Amino acid sequence: MAEYKLTTPLTDEVIEKLRAGDMVYLSGTIYTGRDAAHKRLMDMLDKGEPLPFPLQGAAIYYVGPTPPPPGRPIGSAGPTTSYRMDTYAPRLHALGLKASIGKGKRSEAVKQALKDHKAVYFGATGGAGALLSQRITAAKVVAFDDLGTEAIRELTVVDFPLLVINDCHGGDLYAKPDLKAAGIG
Amino acid sequence: MREIPAEKVIEAVADMCITANRYLPADVRARFEECAANENSPAAKEIFRQLKENYELAEKSGLPLCQDTGLAVFFVTVGEGVCVPGGLRAAIDQGVRKGYQEGFLRKSACDPFKRTNTGDNTPAIVHFDLVPGDTLKIAFMAKGGGSENMSRVTMLSPAQGWEGIRKFVIERVAEAGPNPCPPTIVGVGIGGTFELAPILAKKALMRELDDENPDPDLAAKEKELLDAINRLGIGPMGLGGRTTSLAVKIAKHPCHIASLPLAVNIQCHSARHKEVEL
Repeated sequence: MAEYKLTTPLTDEVIEKLRAGDMVYLSGTIYTGRDAAHKRLMDMLDKGEPLPFPLQGAAIYYVGPTPPPPGRPIGSAGPTTSYRMDTYAPRLHALGLKASIGKGKRSEAVKQALKDHKAVYFGATGGAGALLSQRITAAKVVAFDDLGTEAIRELTVVDFPLLVINDCHGGDLYAKPDLKAAGIG
Repeated sequence: MREIPAEKVIEAVADMCITANRYLPADVRARFEECAANENSPAAKEIFRQLKENYELAEKSGLPLCQDTGLAVFFVTVGEGVCVPGGLRAAIDQGVRKGYQEGFLRKSACDPFKRTNTGDNTPAIVHFDLVPGDTLKIAFMAKGGGSENMSRVTMLSPAQGWEGIRKFVIERVAEAGPNPCPPTIVGVGIGGTFELAPILAKKALMRELDDENPDPDLAAKEKELLDAINRLGIGPMGLGGRTTSLAVKIAKHPCHIASLPLAVNIQCHSARHKEVEL
């Protein structure tokens, strides 16, 4: 398993190198977005409107941070469960999104989209929101301010620690549950 | 009648909301330590290392342990001789409002259809239990959505018995996989009615991790389920390993002769709860 230091925007060349299990320290600009924001992005695409941030080479982080206490750019900011964005992810990958960041399993349709459009699914450690917050140096709302925690934010990250869960070659890091060993197989 | 000022309830609730979200309970920390020592896989050990760094950082910085600071769930045991002028329910909601605002906690409560945020994390989810006496016990849990979404309730046939229960619980944890932020705590509610089983399961999650179920049969069943679940190999954050769950907690209640209600309430590793007696 390899270790990479990467910077956004992400290119096809970089994505093709990555394999499930690789450790990635990501720096640069990433965008937050979860349930409500994704729904609005789809509505904008349906209407032919331009999206509030450039998708080409971008990474979306599925997160709804806590409010920033005084003196900090952002509060606690760990990943939310990704499958709820499975409905939306393939369409965004087709338009140039190179990575999503979350936790938990993805659908077959998302895994196929990663292969079709050379993209990757990163896992961040769930429940480590205070720790991950330390790697975010700036945050500003770029769309849907009325959604509060669910607004789209542009984050500046430095060495944000990620694991490649699903790569663009069909690799999948998650352990398959051993039902036999548990006595129900 | 013993009068407890609403202000006292509000302050106690606000304080629990803030501190529970910042300080991981000692029993959970201790269990992390034991389980990390039992892991062979570097990935599993690394997750435990990060979780330790996270709770130490949360304690030092005042940031919440997790960005999902939960819906505010309460189990309130009210003595029949207790009176809270202005209303106990209103005081609890006011405490949540105050705690989530002043503690810089995330407000996650929203309308189920419009999905518009209520703005202050109320209404809290409150379960009342009326008992003799004049004390007021308030237990708080910050329940995250990720693990709650992986929870299930089912109505088994009595013929399915323990084997059916066992299979359902293990399959639920297997199917949930990495989604609920393992290592989890699994609350199992058996019996009662359709609505009581999940309440039993959730209440079971309020127990200390290392307490022994006073019912020896249930204690043995908790151990049996935990051993089986940890043989699934899902591991911390689903990366493989020996620790898929930290504990299984079972509660039971008599049920209808036709029924065997069963609920599995999954709690993520960030098991944030606190209790106060007024």
